[in-house]
Amino acid sequence: MAVGVRTQDLRKVYNSSPPAGAAGGFIARADAKGGKQPKTQIPALDGLSLEILPGEIFGLLGPNGAGKSTTVGVLTTRVRPTSGQAWIGDHDVWKEQAQVKRLIGVVPQRPNLDFSLTAREILIFHAAYFGIGSKQRNDRADALLEKFKLTERAHQMVRGFSGGMMQRLSIARAMMHDPQVLFLDEPSAGLDPQTRILLWEIIREYHQAGKTVLLTTHNMEEADALCQRLAIVDHGHVIAQGTPVDLKASIPGGYLLRLRFGNQTADLLQRLQALAGVREVRAADSTGADVYADRGGSLIPEIATLAANAGAELSDVHISEPSLENLFLHHTGRSLRD
Amino acid sequence: MNWKTFGAMLARDAHVARRNAIQLFLQTFLQPLLFVFIFGRVMVGSGYMPAAYKSLLLPGIIAISMTFTGIWAVAMPLIAEFQWTREIEDRLLAPISVGWIAIEKIIAGMLQALVAGLAVIPLAWLVLRPGVEISIRSPLTFALIIVLVAGFSACGGLALGCSINQQHIGLMFSMVMTPMIFFGCTYYPWSALKTFPILQKLVLINPLVYASEGLRATLVPQSPHLAVTAVLIALVFFDVLLLVVGLHQFEKKSVS
Ligand SMILES: Nc1ncnc2c1ncn2[C@@H]1O[C@H](COP(=O)(O)OP(=O)(O)OP(=O)(O)O)[C@@H](O)[C@H]1O
Ligand SMILES: [Mg+2]
Repeated sequence: MAVGVRTQDLRKVYNSSPPAGAAGGFIARADAKGGKQPKTQIPALDGLSLEILPGEIFGLLGPNGAGKSTTVGVLTTRVRPTSGQAWIGDHDVWKEQAQVKRLIGVVPQRPNLDFSLTAREILIFHAAYFGIGSKQRNDRADALLEKFKLTERAHQMVRGFSGGMMQRLSIARAMMHDPQVLFLDEPSAGLDPQTRILLWEIIREYHQAGKTVLLTTHNMEEADALCQRLAIVDHGHVIAQGTPVDLKASIPGGYLLRLRFGNQTADLLQRLQALAGVREVRAADSTGADVYADRGGSLIPEIATLAANAGAELSDVHISEPSLENLFLHHTGRSLRD
Repeated sequence: MNWKTFGAMLARDAHVARRNAIQLFLQTFLQPLLFVFIFGRVMVGSGYMPAAYKSLLLPGIIAISMTFTGIWAVAMPLIAEFQWTREIEDRLLAPISVGWIAIEKIIAGMLQALVAGLAVIPLAWLVLRPGVEISIRSPLTFALIIVLVAGFSACGGLALGCSINQQHIGLMFSMVMTPMIFFGCTYYPWSALKTFPILQKLVLINPLVYASEGLRATLVPQSPHLAVTAVLIALVFFDVLLLVVGLHQFEKKSVS
């Protein structure tokens, strides 16, 4: 019964800059004549292929602008790909939109709640759009409001809600019609730690009911805690894919020691490589080195001695344990937070 | 076609309209009624305007009320929903094809325009009385004309709402709405423009002209007006044109 998700070689080039400039029409055109803006082309997806199995929690992990939201947009009929294909179950997203929309629930990155309605009305009307009967949608709305701790606010207009409350209501709304596939674009952004834990529980519970979940995040901890499999996305394509454990195991050694020296020589790098437990050494600009190794702190005295002997004093050390953060760094040479 | 979804969307719009009823009422009727009072009562009463002006004015006021209610009811929410609150996205994700969502907006706008038109008639009549002679000789033609007027206003609202940025709303008023009203044969019959032959031809691109003249022809046939057949043809033309443009703009705007 569970439904999988697949994309094949998706490409997307946006033809306009992101803000309201996307609007066509005569006024915008009149502007363009006067201003003569050059047509900007923004590549967002560059051959992205994914396969998400029925009934798994899958994470898309990547830095800002990697193309995560664009991928979600293509899979949810909101962004038309320049080329490539996308399927939800057996349905081609761009050929059978109405059927696809029945199967999916979407929590967008930017909230889009109906400001003319109260919280409860938002849930009720959403369910009505999906043809759910009156009794059922009332019961379900009450249950979800309770679950997301919004019961007290149920009859207030959402205009006055805090960001986190809107986020919770968005997620509740996406669950209203009990979709087979739930898309969550940075679901925990703006949530306090306690609510984040609550959300993780709710997502796990939803998944246990046999549903497929696709979430995007740049939070390593979240990806680690929640996802059965992950794809790491950068510059619009997948650079690594697998379970969090496998992905972490793919980093040589697991530990990462980021070192800084007064000055660094090729000779020094070679000697570092020779130390017991060191798997890989990479130069990081002119004064640093990234060392992937089987052990962490216990290497430091040896490195310090070695550096002192080579006349390159060790000036800074940062040790990190096996993590997805290191994985990202390993694949892209950049930190996810850069 | 998914009627449940379509119905639920209409129900949502009706619910919001009910909630904003007072605001909508003032927005729709205050200006036309003030206008009717000043021109129909004050100016006529004091002898600056002939008494027959009352009958000439009424159809124009109905046309303005309907057209602007229709445009407003569709365009303003759309501009906000696409750019500011993005709330249209929830409906774009409902299991129905995107074109039907636009059609729903048009139907909701038409209903509001019809309510506005039918409500402004007795209201204006109350203000103008005595001296207005309304005679609906062919109710069917009248019905057809108000439906077509509601149609082009709502479709026009769709086309405008999907083509304009939020920061251009003021411009929309000064560049589209104002000329439309003043060159819409609302406060004077089309034949009054005969001393400005070029202008008289030019205003024919303004659908409001056919709304005013059509209502004049069916409500106060004793006043000068364009032929009903010409009005009907022109209104159908504008309905179809604006529908096609509106749907195209909506579909373009709804996916990136
Ligand atoms: N509607 C749009 N019009 C034009 N360009 C866009 C649009 N949406 C996204 N882009 C561009 O596409 C690229 C990918 O954006 P996307 O939103 O998919 O990234 P993301 O991985 O979701 O990033 P973030 O973590 O910041 O949410 C960016 O360069 C962005 O500027
Ligand atoms: Mg994003």
